[in-house]
Amino acid sequence: MSAALLAIRGLRVSYRGSLGVLHAVDGVDVDLEPGEFLGVVGESGSGKSQLLLAILGLNAPGARIAGSIRYRGEELVGAGERALGRLRGARIAMIFQDPMTALNPYLTIGTQLTETMRHHQGASRAAARRRALELLAAVHIPEPERRFAQHPHELSGGMRQRVVIAMALSCDVDILLADEPTTALDVTVQAQILALLRELRTQTRAAIVLVTHDLGVIAEVADRVLVMYAGRVVEQARVQQLFDSARHPYTEALRRSIVPLTGPLPARLPTIGGQPPNPAALPPGCAFAPRCAYAFDTCATAPPPLTQAGPDHLRACYHTGPLGRIR
Amino acid sequence: MSSPLPPPGITQSASVATPAAALEVSNLSVRFAVRGAKRWLQAVDDVSFSVARGETLGVVGESGSGKSTIARALLRLVPATTGTARFRGADLLTLAGHDLRAMREHVQIIFQDPLAALDPRMTVAAIIEEPLLEFRPALRSAARRDHVLAMLGRVGLLPAHLHRFPHEFSGGQAQRIGIARALMLEPELLVCDEPISALDVSVKSQIANLLKDLQVEFGLSVLFIAHDLAAVRFSCDRILVLYLGRVMEIASRSALFDTPGHPYTRALLQSVPLPDPVLARARRAAPLSGEIPSPMSPPAGCVFRTRCRFAEARCAEEIPPLRSVGTSLVACHRSEELADTLRREAMAAD
Repeated sequence: MSAALLAIRGLRVSYRGSLGVLHAVDGVDVDLEPGEFLGVVGESGSGKSQLLLAILGLNAPGARIAGSIRYRGEELVGAGERALGRLRGARIAMIFQDPMTALNPYLTIGTQLTETMRHHQGASRAAARRRALELLAAVHIPEPERRFAQHPHELSGGMRQRVVIAMALSCDVDILLADEPTTALDVTVQAQILALLRELRTQTRAAIVLVTHDLGVIAEVADRVLVMYAGRVVEQARVQQLFDSARHPYTEALRRSIVPLTGPLPARLPTIGGQPPNPAALPPGCAFAPRCAYAFDTCATAPPPLTQAGPDHLRACYHTGPLGRIR
Repeated sequence: MSSPLPPPGITQSASVATPAAALEVSNLSVRFAVRGAKRWLQAVDDVSFSVARGETLGVVGESGSGKSTIARALLRLVPATTGTARFRGADLLTLAGHDLRAMREHVQIIFQDPLAALDPRMTVAAIIEEPLLEFRPALRSAARRDHVLAMLGRVGLLPAHLHRFPHEFSGGQAQRIGIARALMLEPELLVCDEPISALDVSVKSQIANLLKDLQVEFGLSVLFIAHDLAAVRFSCDRILVLYLGRVMEIASRSALFDTPGHPYTRALLQSVPLPDPVLARARRAAPLSGEIPSPMSPPAGCVFRTRCRFAEARCAEEIPPLRSVGTSLVACHRSEELADTLRREAMAAD
């Protein structure tokens, strides 16, 4: 996979706390191809956001990043603020669940949009303004001229997220990292933003990595999916494979826990017992084993390695039989 | 013009004959003065509904629809501008002093963020015991302890949890504590304000199952406020759809999901991501364009018309009354003529 735009190997994000060292991301390998839409699904504590932040070196102070993240061959781990600063916003952009994370409440939308272009590309004021208005139109913001002059608080949450996406696109980025970009939005607006991301992907050819807790969102947009649990990838597959034939008990349980909007309704919902893992107190074996319906002795010995489960399909599980047993 | 009350027989329970309403809300409006501007924000506009005994009524809507304001008005956390809420022979909205305090025994609430709703300085034991100290002062401490232990077990917590503090628990466990506290006095009406939406996916279904079990066991009447349609489908017998403070539709679960009567209901259902890559990609465009208008300047006529693909001239002029269409109540001028279109679309999506 030498063509990978982004090649992550053995990535570890650790924090030292009062209870010892905690691995938020614990040995992740993943390649991102140009133009690909990669979905990362997991619950709180799965490490999915820490993985995304590590790409741009944005983890909280005190984080130790080990392993390798190569962007077009250039090593980003330990690259230093100057090198990362050159990439941020220019080649790799990030959008967050709360668009206000990325917006300055004191500056107009126009100022914020043109700032990156003038900084990274040395564009003239007039050229930057022209391009900003184009971008606002491209993300389907009505009345771009009026919005250009407004401040973030004058916009709805959905509009703000569109502005942040426009900012991310302002420099023709290669990679767009999106951390739960629709979680705070209403369902009708979420559908609009997901449609926008799909549309932009085909138009700009940027690769997108979208982190979410919602398998439904994954089904809407992703080409390929990583399922994370307690800092590790437990399954990796093409989206259709993941929905047709999940090979990890956790993925399967997540799929079964979705309540359908049509058809038969179960009297009780299938559940995953227990609580999401505490990254500060993980068991020595498979982190999902304490909640797993298929767990047996081996699962408590060591974390299962990612192994081939089919073409383009990896999973980390000792259980080799079929899934589908109802607890 | 008074909005008709929902016919109480819509639920499919066995006791359709004489289902006494536990709660009957009529013409509830809530408006807030907007600071600085001499204007009003109409958060809830002439809303009427009832919750039958033992029934779970869902209230769904997007942010700004007024769903949480309804809950807060009923709990007297914000003042209602007009309307009544009949409950146990009194009007919840005008009770005062001792009567209001006494009523709190029978109406309890579960909040979205369980950790924010629990006093961080109190142990689990103290949190669950507090309602008893307040409302059952004659109870001896041994009896209180038995009650607390029984409830703890009932919500799936362990005696070892009693002396811990809220921050030591995960979201799902903390919500169990909130549920235990809410049920200690065996209330008649339970208001759930987004009870599972802040929880992790793997924990949501545990709590949804628990709430459903307890609803049956305690014979609770529940007002279930949520934006998550899947959660509502699992948990509710009947559902009320709100938009900009007004009722768009009230329907039984099966009618709402299988044959939605209002174009907004249909659009909401279509907006939910489909957990199937093939079906999800078959429909490319978002079902609704634009966003919910500001409640400070709602559209004249039907409040939904600015986003409705079926809107016509009349929709801008007359507010559509909530009226019977089939077994549902629908506030749409064109409901009958659209019924076939909406049903065909719903079936095509299956």
